[in-house]
Amino acid sequence: MKTGKGKWELVEFKKLRADFPILKRYVNGPSFAKASEGKKPLVYLDSAATSQKPRQVLAVMDEYYSKHNANVHRGIHTLSVEATEMYEGARRKVADFVGVKDPSEIVFVRNATEAINLVAYSWGRQNIKKGDEIVVTIAEHHSNFVPWQQLAFENGAVLKIIPIEKSGELDLVAFRKVITPKTKLVTFFHVSNVLGMINPVADLVKIARKANGKRQMAILVDGAQAIPHMPVDISKLGCDFYVFTGHKMLGPTGIGVLWGKREILELMPPFLFGGEMISKVSVQNSTWNELPWKFEAGTPNIAGAVGLGAAVDYLSKIGMDRVRKHEIELTKYAISELSKIAGVTTYGSNDAKKRGGVISFNVGSSRQARTINYSSSPSNSLGMNFAKRNREVSFIHAHDVASILDSEGVAIRSGHHCAQPLMDFLGISSAARASFYLYNTKEEVDRLVEGVMKVKETFKI
Amino acid sequence: MYREEILEHWQNPQNFGVIDNADLVIEQVNPLCGDEVTFYFRFTRGPVSNFPPVSAQSKSKSKSSNKSNHDLRAAGNPSIAVIPRNGQMANGEWLIADVKFSGSGCAISIATASILSENIKNKKISALSKITGQDVLKLIGGEVAPARLKCAFLALEAVRKINNH
Repeated sequence: MKTGKGKWELVEFKKLRADFPILKRYVNGPSFAKASEGKKPLVYLDSAATSQKPRQVLAVMDEYYSKHNANVHRGIHTLSVEATEMYEGARRKVADFVGVKDPSEIVFVRNATEAINLVAYSWGRQNIKKGDEIVVTIAEHHSNFVPWQQLAFENGAVLKIIPIEKSGELDLVAFRKVITPKTKLVTFFHVSNVLGMINPVADLVKIARKANGKRQMAILVDGAQAIPHMPVDISKLGCDFYVFTGHKMLGPTGIGVLWGKREILELMPPFLFGGEMISKVSVQNSTWNELPWKFEAGTPNIAGAVGLGAAVDYLSKIGMDRVRKHEIELTKYAISELSKIAGVTTYGSNDAKKRGGVISFNVGSSRQARTINYSSSPSNSLGMNFAKRNREVSFIHAHDVASILDSEGVAIRSGHHCAQPLMDFLGISSAARASFYLYNTKEEVDRLVEGVMKVKETFKI
Repeated sequence: MYREEILEHWQNPQNFGVIDNADLVIEQVNPLCGDEVTFYFRFTRGPVSNFPPVSAQSKSKSKSSNKSNHDLRAAGNPSIAVIPRNGQMANGEWLIADVKFSGSGCAISIATASILSENIKNKKISALSKITGQDVLKLIGGEVAPARLKCAFLALEAVRKINNH
């Protein structure tokens, strides 16, 4: 991929599509039927839910199962040694990819949800006591909201919520105010799965530490929507835990990553007990294995880790700076095209540089495109602004939007995006969401726009 | 999927609203999107009852004398009585005198609720459990994409719960 600096390398990125077999699909008819038979070529705009996988990742996993499959770490035989080397090699690749020097701080789990639950169950239940405060944002995915809500219920801790500004950015004034010396855990997303907004993680970490004073407080960052789409150097962020998942970054499902600072991971009790995670077991007692295996009970997802390693290779070869640039250009183009359509409301900032390749929108009966001013609505007891629910009335339901787009071959997500507190905050019950990745093209954004026009035509608005 | 009839019902849903002092209120959540639709039912004793009429509860009776558009009441059917809340609603002779629904939802769920509500009025409660998903699809005049079946069956799920009460 040799192109001039500063130019949008559309053509180069288009070539990558050949690596993704699924992108050749036609939908709304028998699989792989031809467009001439009335089928529509797939436009996959749902990578924030899960990404597609390049043949390089599929091939590595196939090769692992075809030639090297064995259980890891304990076997003496050749295959076991090879499988162990592939599994641990993947861990080193992942560590390198995200700026982590010590691969034993990389714990393989099933997904980001499991990583967060591991911290909530192990660190949380050991460190968060009655009256302690847990601080989360209103815009978290349920996976980074419910585990803390439940821990607060269980231990009598106080769950505090940080609202967002109308621009979609975190309310920094509230952020400073909400964190106190009583705060034991602060957690926030790196990139929002609904608004696409990027949090300035390093700055937020500094603000949080200052507001908390010199007390023991952990900061967990949900990077599920960040790691796949932009360069991230975890060592420069200053947080204590960082979680992400493989399937959103061209890897397979069932493999995710918890990163934690060694000194914190060392003190944490195991989350799951069983094989692999022990050092020595007697009838009277057991001692735990070293990091990271203390947290990897049972036979791990070896092929998944190997696949993730291949995904990391693929992304590294392209370069995350270029991936990010491509997505900024696509997002810029999509926001500009969507906002030309009367009756389309998009959420979050219009500045593509402040957001990932995620655009949530609704299609309504209004004749003018509009931005909802949700911070002007009445306040609740937490001092947060909640919009009135009845504002959504004029919108076509996001599932109807998604169905019509699907009939045009365009795959988007619709619903509450596992972020119901945020949807309540925005005063909507659902939204349509288009999300981009390195394999998407400008032409696909045009197909999205055509699909939205079809929605308007169908519903006569 | 988005036929003219569906869009018509979506724009002007029939039986959309609330029944004050309804005999039964069922809240139904669409697990796909978290949207909530609430169904309100009023029951009456059918005209062809083989059973002696059950006297109405005083509170309900005063309500039943209010102006209403129930066909059976309008016809002045003498056997009309509101089921006691602890009553055996499984009795095959009870009819749905009125049904209304409110809440938010997609075009498919709203239109289906509208069409189904029109069709179950004055039907026997015992007959409701025989309504199948296929019947609902027939009622709304055709196919629904697999991912949207939950939306199409939302109203039916609610109506079926009547027999659990």
